[in-house]
Amino acid sequence: MAAATCAALHGAGVVLLDENAVPGGQVYRAAVPGVSGAPGPDARVGDRLRAALLASGAEVRSGQRVWALGGGPLVAPGAAPAPYRVDACTDAATATIEARSLIVCAGAHERIVPFAGWTLPGVMGLAAATILLKSQAVLPGTRTVVAGIGPLLAAVAAGILAKGGRVVGVVDLASRTDWLRQLPTLAERPPLLARGAGWLARIVSAGLPLLSGHRIVRALGADVVDAVEVAPLTGGVTRRLDCDALCVGHGLVPAIEATLLYRAEHVFDRARGGWVPVLDGSQRSTVPLLYAAGDGAGVAGAAAAPLAGEIAALAALADLGLLGTADAEQAIAVRRGARSRPARVGAAMSAMMAPPGDLVDRIPPDCVVCRCEDVTRAEIETAVDVGARDLNQLKHFTRCGMGPCQGRMCGEAAAELLARRVGSREAVGTWTARVPLRPVPMAALLDRFDYADIPIPAPAPI
Amino acid sequence: MVHPNETAQTRITVNGVTCDVPAGRSVAAALLAVGIRKLRESPRAGGPRGAFCMMGVCQECVVHIDGHLRQACMVPVMPGLSIKLGAGTPAVDTLGAGTLGAGAT
Repeated sequence: MAAATCAALHGAGVVLLDENAVPGGQVYRAAVPGVSGAPGPDARVGDRLRAALLASGAEVRSGQRVWALGGGPLVAPGAAPAPYRVDACTDAATATIEARSLIVCAGAHERIVPFAGWTLPGVMGLAAATILLKSQAVLPGTRTVVAGIGPLLAAVAAGILAKGGRVVGVVDLASRTDWLRQLPTLAERPPLLARGAGWLARIVSAGLPLLSGHRIVRALGADVVDAVEVAPLTGGVTRRLDCDALCVGHGLVPAIEATLLYRAEHVFDRARGGWVPVLDGSQRSTVPLLYAAGDGAGVAGAAAAPLAGEIAALAALADLGLLGTADAEQAIAVRRGARSRPARVGAAMSAMMAPPGDLVDRIPPDCVVCRCEDVTRAEIETAVDVGARDLNQLKHFTRCGMGPCQGRMCGEAAAELLARRVGSREAVGTWTARVPLRPVPMAALLDRFDYADIPIPAPAPI
Repeated sequence: MVHPNETAQTRITVNGVTCDVPAGRSVAAALLAVGIRKLRESPRAGGPRGAFCMMGVCQECVVHIDGHLRQACMVPVMPGLSIKLGAGTPAVDTLGAGTLGAGAT
C-alpha cells in the first residue's frame, strides 16, 4: 500500500493488484464491517495506510490473483528487456497489465513443522487463528490449545481469552530464558513490549496451563481433532489435553515465487525466514526495475514494511527518471533511518519464531509432510536413498510439492529433511518457479473459441 | 464459537441441508462457527481435511460453492449460497444443536 501511495503521489502511473477484497495483507487486514468490532491497533494503522492509498491516485484492483508474470528480463538471449507483463485474474476473467517497473510485496506465509495428526480438521496455523479472531470474529474452537513458538503464541492465546473463548493450554517450544533473552530488543519498541506484557498478564490471570519448553507430540482424533499429546522437549511425561481446536505455528516464510520467476538472485538467510531476494539498500533486486518490499523480501515485521515499500517506490521513481536521484536518495535515507529500529525488532521477533532445529528430526516416518499429495517423511527419505538431491528432484520422484498449494506448506519441512542428507539448504535449492503462481479457474483464462478457429498447418510432405 | 454479541445470520445450504451461519464471514469461518470442521478428504490417502491457513495458501478448504471449486476462506457467505463438501463428510443434519454464543461447549 505504502509503495503504491508513494509512487502515485510523485506522479507515477500506479496499479496495485491485491488478492484480497480490500488491501492490507495479513497484519493490516481491514476489519469486516459489522463483524470485527472495534478495530485494534494493527487495523487502525492499516486504515490509515488504506486511506492514504485511496487519496493517492493509485489504481487499486482488488480480488486480483496474479497468476502469471513475464517480460522484464524474460526475453530471448541478447534481446533488450521488455516491459513487465502481469496477468491477474478474478474467478471470471483475466487481464494483462504492462508496466515499466514492478514492486513485489507478496508477504509471508506461516511455517508449521509437521507432527503426527497435524492434518486433522480443527488444526490450524497461528496466523490462521489471528485472521479468525481479528477479522472474522470467530473463535477457533470451544476448547483450544495454542502451540508453537514466538510472539504470535501469546497474541492468539490472549486474543481467544479476550473474545470470551476458552484456552485449555499454551504449549510453548521456547523456554522462559529464551523469552528473557529477547527482552532487551523488544524493549526498543515500548508499544510492542506493552502489548506482549498485556498478553502475558491475561494468560497468567486466566490460570490455564502454560507449558514452556514443550512440544506437540501428536494430535488425536478420527475425523476432527479431539485431543493433543504434549511432552517436554528435554524428554519426560507425555500429557494429554482435550480440545476441539489446535492453533500451531513455527514462524513465517517469505513468499518469493515472483522474484524467483524473474530469476532474481536469492540467498538463504534463516534469520529472515529462509530464501529471500538479494536486495541493495534501496530494495532493488538483481533484476533491473524489479523491487521487493515487506515480509516477502525477508521477514522484518509489519512496522518496517510500509517504510520498505516507500523506499522501493522512491528507488523505482529515480530509476524511471520520474524523480531526481539526489532527491530520491535523500528521501530514501530518511526512511532507511526510520526503518532501522522496527526492522531490528521485527528481525528479533522473526528469530523468536524460529523452531528448534530438531523439531524436523522428530517428524515420524509415517507422518504426512506434503499435505496435498499425502507424501510421508518415509517416502521423502526413500527418494533421497534412490538419488534425489534437491527439492525439484524430490518433487519429480515423489510428487511432494506438486499439489495445489504448490509446495508452500511442505516446502520448508521437505527442504530441511533433504538438507540433512545432502548437506545444506543452499544445496537443496528452491522449487522451480512456474506459472501459474496460484491455482486459477480455467474458466477465467479461457475465452470462447471454436475449433474452426485453430489454424491447422499443412501436413509435412512424405 | 462466535462472539457472544453476534446475532446476524445468513441462510445457506450445505450438502443440501439449510443452515444459518454468522453473516459477513468467509465460508470457512462461518462453517467453523457452526461446528463444521471437516470439509473434504485428501485425494491420495482419503484423510479428513479442513481449513488450515485461512489465507488462501494451503488449498485445504476448497469446496464446491454454487457449483464452482473455490477456497472457502476467500469467499464471503451470501444468502442462498449452496455449498457441497467433499465425499465422506459426516451428515450435516447433526447441525442445529447450536454451538453459538457464550457458554456453549
